[in-house]
Amino acid sequence: MDTLLQQLINGLTLGAVYALVALGYTMVYGIIGLINFAHGEVVMIGTMVAFTVIVSLAGSGMPPLLILGIGLLVAVVACMVLGWGLERVAYRPLRHAPRLTPLITAIGMSIVLQNVAMIIWGRNYITFPPMIDKQIYEFGGASFTNVQVAIVVLAALVMIGLTYLVQRTRMGMAMRATAQNQHVALLMGVDINRVIAMAFIIGSALGALAGCMVGSYYEIAHYQMGFMLGLKAFTAAVLGGIGNMAGAMAGGLLLGIIEALGAGYIGDLTGNFLGSHYQDIFAFMVLIIVLMFRPSGLFGERTGDRA
Amino acid sequence: MNMLEVNGLRVSYGGIQAVRGINFHVSEGEMVALIGANGAGKSSTLRALARLLEPAGGNVRYRGKDLLQVPPHGLVTEGIALVPEGRGVFPRMTTLENLYMGAYARSDRAAVARDLEHVLGLFPRLKERAQQVAGTLSGGEQQMLAIGRALMSKPRLLLLDEPSMGLAPIMVQKIFEVIRAVASEGMTILLVEQNAKLALEVSQRGYVMESGEITVTDESSRLLADPKVRAAYLGE
Repeated sequence: MDTLLQQLINGLTLGAVYALVALGYTMVYGIIGLINFAHGEVVMIGTMVAFTVIVSLAGSGMPPLLILGIGLLVAVVACMVLGWGLERVAYRPLRHAPRLTPLITAIGMSIVLQNVAMIIWGRNYITFPPMIDKQIYEFGGASFTNVQVAIVVLAALVMIGLTYLVQRTRMGMAMRATAQNQHVALLMGVDINRVIAMAFIIGSALGALAGCMVGSYYEIAHYQMGFMLGLKAFTAAVLGGIGNMAGAMAGGLLLGIIEALGAGYIGDLTGNFLGSHYQDIFAFMVLIIVLMFRPSGLFGERTGDRA
Repeated sequence: MNMLEVNGLRVSYGGIQAVRGINFHVSEGEMVALIGANGAGKSSTLRALARLLEPAGGNVRYRGKDLLQVPPHGLVTEGIALVPEGRGVFPRMTTLENLYMGAYARSDRAAVARDLEHVLGLFPRLKERAQQVAGTLSGGEQQMLAIGRALMSKPRLLLLDEPSMGLAPIMVQKIFEVIRAVASEGMTILLVEQNAKLALEVSQRGYVMESGEITVTDESSRLLADPKVRAAYLGE
């Protein structure tokens, strides 16, 4: 089997998921300069909600794809409400507080959400019921599944749609204007509170979608899954230049590929001293390297003076 | 008729009062200059009117309405547009996108298209730079863009905050030609300027601010001739 091609395919799948989650970080940061550390937990809640819906509909005789679709839809809506609520309850009252305050609140919200999920869905790993009949395709010595194809295609479509929204619609104009100069956007008649809420809502919807993808791909879910996923997506956002949406997409894909290649070759590189379960170190090596040599990221224009 | 009537307006930063209960008015179709030294409270006054700062006290009536009851993002729909100090263009948007942002609160597309033509007619330079990202424009071009953007909201009252700041004399001249042209079309303008001579030359009335208070007010031509004003603000 061709390791390089195989890992590129795996990396692309993983990267598509990172990109979707990274967009949630970057949209919020771009507009209010907050790193919403609870975003990973929003993704986790999305996975869990989809899981619950799918399991409770599994015996209903509906076609599996429809069940998956309903699960996805409910998860997206639930996360949109959650994202909106987080902003409203936890961050809006702190809008004018020193920067560190909302950041610490975000970490606090992350812990709260993890614990709520633990109470609802328990401490154990949950098997995410596979709703797609898995088919394996062979290509040039590598293999991939229809689930992977679905993830990459869906992520690409959503990112195209989001780009259209931000570049071409009135709401998107308002979001970009607010990100570039909040005071002046207000002068233009932009309702800043609405724009900020929208950034959370859209980011959370993308997160829910990513959560369902992770669930379908690994067929497993856990109340702490959002932590590592969130950190990696955050790394992807920093890699691309936090606050920059194209950067989040590119950073996500790049990080997914770096990680997959790292996992594929780490055994060879270290004489089998380290195995592929060390794949997590690559994401954070990337984070450290970016922060050392190009803290504004690949697409970033300004270096971060914000916490 | 008074378009804008300000009574007892106060603005504070922390414990420091930048504006200490000032009264002034602007009539429809009039250009009024607010002049004074750096730190006199001119910009704070404008920023409070545009609600970039919440006033600490006083009341503001605009066309018979209590303006402080309008949410800040609703001012533009009421017909109030501020060209902020330092221009405040959206740096990563194109010139055209910036102009369209000026019309963000409007839904009359046909009229917006006409106003765009009008603004590009006032500032031919902006037409040449239409697809250029605003952050790469020169200071003077950015000032043109900021004024054009404000005009795109079809304001009744235009608030100009230091439009000459940081610009080359030739550019200042160009900008003031346009301000004059806009005023001659009947626009009501409140102009804050450090360049008192220029401001008094284009306006009908003027207020002089000193340490957060209005100390002198008169017709601009009389202020221009007033020896005290000349000594303090016209460098004579």
